[in-house]
Amino acid sequence: MQDILDILRDYGLLLAVGQFPDGPIGGLALTLILAVTGLTVSFPLSVLIGVGRTSHHPAIAWTCTAFVTLVRALPLLMLIFWAYFVVPLIIGRTVSALTTVICALVVYETAYLAEVVRAAILALPKGQTEASRSLGLSASQTLRDVILPQALFNAIPSILNQFISLVKNTSVAYIISVSELTYSAYQINAQLMTKPLQVYLILAAIYFIICFSLSRLVRLVEKRIDASRKAPVAAGSAA
Amino acid sequence: MIVFDKVEKWYGSFHALKDVCETVAAGEVVVVCGPSGSGKSTLIRTVNRLEPIQGGRIAIDGRDIHGPSIDVNELRSHIGFVFQQFNLFPHLSVARNVMLAPMRVHRMPEKAAREAALALLDKVGLAHKADEFPPRLSGGQQQRVAIARALAMKPPVMLFDEPTSALDPELVGEVLTVMKQLAAEGMTMVCVTHEMGFAREVADRVIFMDAGAVLERAKPEDFFLRPQHPRATKFVSDIRHA
Amino acid sequence: MHLDFGAVLTPQYAHWILWGAATSAALFLSSWVLAFASAAVLVAIGSAPFRGARWAVAGFVAYHRNIPMLVQIFVWYFAVPQLLPEPLTRWVNSHNSEFIFAMIALFLNAAAYMSEDMRSGLRALPPAQMEAGRALGLSYLQTMRDVLLPQAVRAALPALVNQSLSLFKATSLAMAVGVAEMTYTSRQVENETYRTFETFAIASLFYVTLSFAIMALGAWADRRNLRAAGH
Repeated sequence: MQDILDILRDYGLLLAVGQFPDGPIGGLALTLILAVTGLTVSFPLSVLIGVGRTSHHPAIAWTCTAFVTLVRALPLLMLIFWAYFVVPLIIGRTVSALTTVICALVVYETAYLAEVVRAAILALPKGQTEASRSLGLSASQTLRDVILPQALFNAIPSILNQFISLVKNTSVAYIISVSELTYSAYQINAQLMTKPLQVYLILAAIYFIICFSLSRLVRLVEKRIDASRKAPVAAGSAA
Repeated sequence: MIVFDKVEKWYGSFHALKDVCETVAAGEVVVVCGPSGSGKSTLIRTVNRLEPIQGGRIAIDGRDIHGPSIDVNELRSHIGFVFQQFNLFPHLSVARNVMLAPMRVHRMPEKAAREAALALLDKVGLAHKADEFPPRLSGGQQQRVAIARALAMKPPVMLFDEPTSALDPELVGEVLTVMKQLAAEGMTMVCVTHEMGFAREVADRVIFMDAGAVLERAKPEDFFLRPQHPRATKFVSDIRHA
Repeated sequence: MHLDFGAVLTPQYAHWILWGAATSAALFLSSWVLAFASAAVLVAIGSAPFRGARWAVAGFVAYHRNIPMLVQIFVWYFAVPQLLPEPLTRWVNSHNSEFIFAMIALFLNAAAYMSEDMRSGLRALPPAQMEAGRALGLSYLQTMRDVLLPQAVRAALPALVNQSLSLFKATSLAMAVGVAEMTYTSRQVENETYRTFETFAIASLFYVTLSFAIMALGAWADRRNLRAAGH
């Protein structure tokens, strides 16, 4: 126990923010930055792909389905290695490991979130589309004003769950030496040499506290959404 | 006004509409009835192209509505459609449900749309529920909002697909009252319904369908008192004793 | 871009890649079997009428759900040996400790998720099933094994297939502790040949093929399932 407190005292700051402010930001802060960036960038993409999968246009539906299926069939690590190779080819110059990881996480997350979006769209009663179309709204107006506001609202708990799994997935950045939380712990372990049990228990505990609290939050949100479905007060303000 | 000419409809190998020929005149109220699965809902759903047809022609004011040059959104905005399950948009307030199509399809400014919506809600007796959300309304109230929503596009014709079938018996009356009022104002209406009272009071004509074909057309009093076709006789006796 | 798969598929590198593929497959199959069996045991313990047992299972599941798979592998590989008695550590170290610890971490994690899926499958069953089993004179465990779990597994099948897919992909993380599975060996080949596209294409083909096989197996079982249920 004393060891754990000592490690936290000596290396707590490194675990929290890395070398910041003297060097690049790292540790838990970088883990959260990776996760938030990943979700922010992949969300709009996943809406496009998720909607595309429900499209009546066979070429669009097929392309989106192929993307989702292919990404889901590959380990995240494989995507990271691909990103290392492909991203510089696309933008014409080498990129940092951090950018590589963000690109891979975004691609991976987009595929999974797109499934969430698609499931939420398909879960809506068919009558919603029929009612909207029978009023004369076009397919895209129906999507924007009737389908997506409901589907995305209903999908909030699943999207948040996806964020939790994203937080966990950022640990894979360790493999290419991005100094997020797992890599920081690994470095500390390498310096101390003799205290792996303590270091990795601390690491596990930090992830646990974050992910567990987030999952509690999701459950709370879920309850609120269920309640608001029975009595929706200002659930949306489209139109 | 609406002309069905040898309309054929298939779901795969199932023949849903067989050689339907029918004319609905402007201002006429037509009730379509028949056992479930007889094709009556399918028939009115073909009128605003919720269902495609495989043969024949449907014309509204002389325009072939299943023709290639028809703008389907423009077409639908001139046909009011009321569903059995209401299909209100649960994420929008009652007023917003009514305002959505005028604002999106007719580009009506929000203020004008709201005024028009409130007038329509007043007409169906629900102006005081304008800012409520649909799930908080009773089934009868939801269906009246759905009628107001369809009326907001000022359609010359209204189609009703079993508008009272999903309602508790005590809520049927309020919806029928609104429909009768519409009929009295001269609206062209095609209603799929089993409400005999409504048919006898306001319908100009009853069409009886079974197995995808129109078997009988008659004045309401004749149909319900002296059905001609044997299957119509059985149907009338069934709903009498239901 | 000039492609040259020949440079990657020389006898030596082909051997590495095949070795990696075999290791990945072995890691997946062994941890899947252990995970499935442990999940069933966890479900049985978790639905026993003792509060302590339920809490223990809930704690086990919470630990594995809220910590990254990679960190769980590190905990087993770096931290746990510190707690093990010396002879055991020596034995493990002389028997491919990387593989063993990675497998333990993988199967425990998958067991936690699978037990959750089975539990929801179980909850979907009518409670009268347990009563009917007990009324026939079966014990609690017998009823669990012969009546409830088979039905729960069937109900949980789509979720279990997804977990199997996750487990298969997670085997790639074992490279972080030096298990020479597919990701590890393909990276080595890439380091030696500088044939990035070719190497990763071969490795990706391996993952995609086996992932599709798992998905197809799931779809097949699901269809058979539906037919068995009379739909």
